[in-house]
Amino acid sequence: MNVHEDAPRFLWAGDSAVVTQFGNDISPLLASRVHRAASALEGANLPWLVEVLPSYRSVLAEFDPRLISPTAACEVIQGIMKTIVTSDGHTSDEHTSDGLGGESGRAEGDIVTIPVCYGGQFGTDLPDVAAHTGLTPDEVIALHSEPLYLVYMIGFTLGFPYLGGMDPRIATPRLATPRTVVPAGSVGIAGNQTGVYPSASPGGWRLIGRTPLRLADPSADPPCLLRAGNRIRFVPIDEPTYYSMEGNQ
Amino acid sequence: MMANVLEVASPGPLSMLQDLGRPGWMKYGVPPSGALDQEALAVANLLAGNPEGAVGIEITYGNFTARALDRTVLACAGAWAPVNVDGMPVSPWAAFSVMPGQVVSIGVPTWGVRVYLAVRGGIAAPLVMGSASTYVRGALGGIDGRGRALRTGDLIATPDQSASARASTSPVGDVTARAVAALAKRQAAFAIAHSPALARASLSQPNSTSASTSASPGRSIAIRVVMGPQDDHFTDAGRQTFVEHEFTLTNKADRMGLRFDGPAIQHVHGADIISDGMPPGAIQVPGDGVPIIMLADRQTTGGYPKIACVARADLDLAAHLRPGDRVRFIPLSAEDAHEAFKQEQAASRAPGRALRIRIDGVEHVVTLFELQ
Repeated sequence: MNVHEDAPRFLWAGDSAVVTQFGNDISPLLASRVHRAASALEGANLPWLVEVLPSYRSVLAEFDPRLISPTAACEVIQGIMKTIVTSDGHTSDEHTSDGLGGESGRAEGDIVTIPVCYGGQFGTDLPDVAAHTGLTPDEVIALHSEPLYLVYMIGFTLGFPYLGGMDPRIATPRLATPRTVVPAGSVGIAGNQTGVYPSASPGGWRLIGRTPLRLADPSADPPCLLRAGNRIRFVPIDEPTYYSMEGNQ
Repeated sequence: MMANVLEVASPGPLSMLQDLGRPGWMKYGVPPSGALDQEALAVANLLAGNPEGAVGIEITYGNFTARALDRTVLACAGAWAPVNVDGMPVSPWAAFSVMPGQVVSIGVPTWGVRVYLAVRGGIAAPLVMGSASTYVRGALGGIDGRGRALRTGDLIATPDQSASARASTSPVGDVTARAVAALAKRQAAFAIAHSPALARASLSQPNSTSASTSASPGRSIAIRVVMGPQDDHFTDAGRQTFVEHEFTLTNKADRMGLRFDGPAIQHVHGADIISDGMPPGAIQVPGDGVPIIMLADRQTTGGYPKIACVARADLDLAAHLRPGDRVRFIPLSAEDAHEAFKQEQAASRAPGRALRIRIDGVEHVVTLFELQ
């Protein structure tokens, strides 16, 4: 790959923030750079750094303008970012996020297991997903719980993970009319994405199950279970297990 | 010991607890929230004898009334609104004392939108992720910890009156300088734009501005911006439209963002980008080509290109824009924007200036009222 194409771009985001952009597509390679860049910034313990926000292809770094000028902040950030692209070789993230789940990939970033009770009262749209995809409900569950998903970023609401790696065979359009309330922990499919609702909210995703895990808790530190760069695997559980896990929290 | 000091008799259209926000949690999907006009909250707190980041009440469009339950000192800053104690006017942007049973009312602002009311000793509220700031959409913070705005009957308490009151550190001179600078800036930006009476009065002065400003009741408000991070997603003509035309604030204006109306800003290839982080004051332009300024309760990530971001020095002004206001965006380099921010900080901390201001032909003097 051309070295120049790989050089990150540094973009002003006002006079108190800088965006480091690693590319212009959604890929595990860029995600790996983004997540390593975010960790490197946070690990540098810069007293003037206010926010570090990783997203699909860039990291937003906000600083306190009372403590540092934009030029000085950008110089420090550029220095830290220099090492990110060149250290690609130290990870194998890009080989593992599409469901292959190689052992080498698991060494990078935490893998979080999310138990899911599929179907029944918790996954009322599972029959519709099966009908749409021409699969049996069990086949949908098997395909959904097989991949190691990558958490590209957290956004939208506290603890909501944007996941990559869903098998395209279970892609199903959103509901024509969104539900007014989707319970916390609901696992759904929307187009070619899958996700978990950390808290109860309105939503149009097709619900295929629910996890008893609490993905968001404002009173906890950290306030949510997942962070960008984590891998997650959905593990099917039955209803009694769901209730016993829920009760144990 | 917590002590109840106020009972909310009427919250007006929208009043809520805010401090300086909860920065640092955007990576988990939580916006910073906090007072939209951070300097006004800081000044109100300093006038009341508090540390500048103490919890205060953000009052939107006035009509707020509360009954004092204890003897205390209060202070207001932010939008210019009549403040009365038992019907007797007191100066806005000043500290005043109340006795048990007295009724404090904050009327509809002459200019600006949000008034900040500080209570000596601060306001007790549960800290959620390090802040008491109310984030209504996310059901976080505020008086109940679950994002609720204030309502009639809510009791406002100070956390630990003796300790907090003694924490007052800022010398009076410093408070006055900051109040003068903050008030002068907001008055210059909004007084004429929001008050036709003031616009007419300014006409009678010999050194008044040109006739074009007097032709309409308001005048456009300049907001300085730094271009980017995605200004390259717009055509040259689109960037020109953004900096050369006025945009009018619609009624879609809240703590999340301000949606404008105006000539369409032309994109190069559509209005979709891969979602990325939302910086403070980001000005995103969706497919219809009209800008939206994102504020403290913004979503943390977004998929529209951001043509520019509001300069830090002018971010507080966004708290006081009203539907119908016409805004001009003035581009600055990041370094120039930072220089402007630093100069304003330095000026507002210069000692030795008296706070005497004229509004509606009446002179007001801001003083720090001591309880003893």
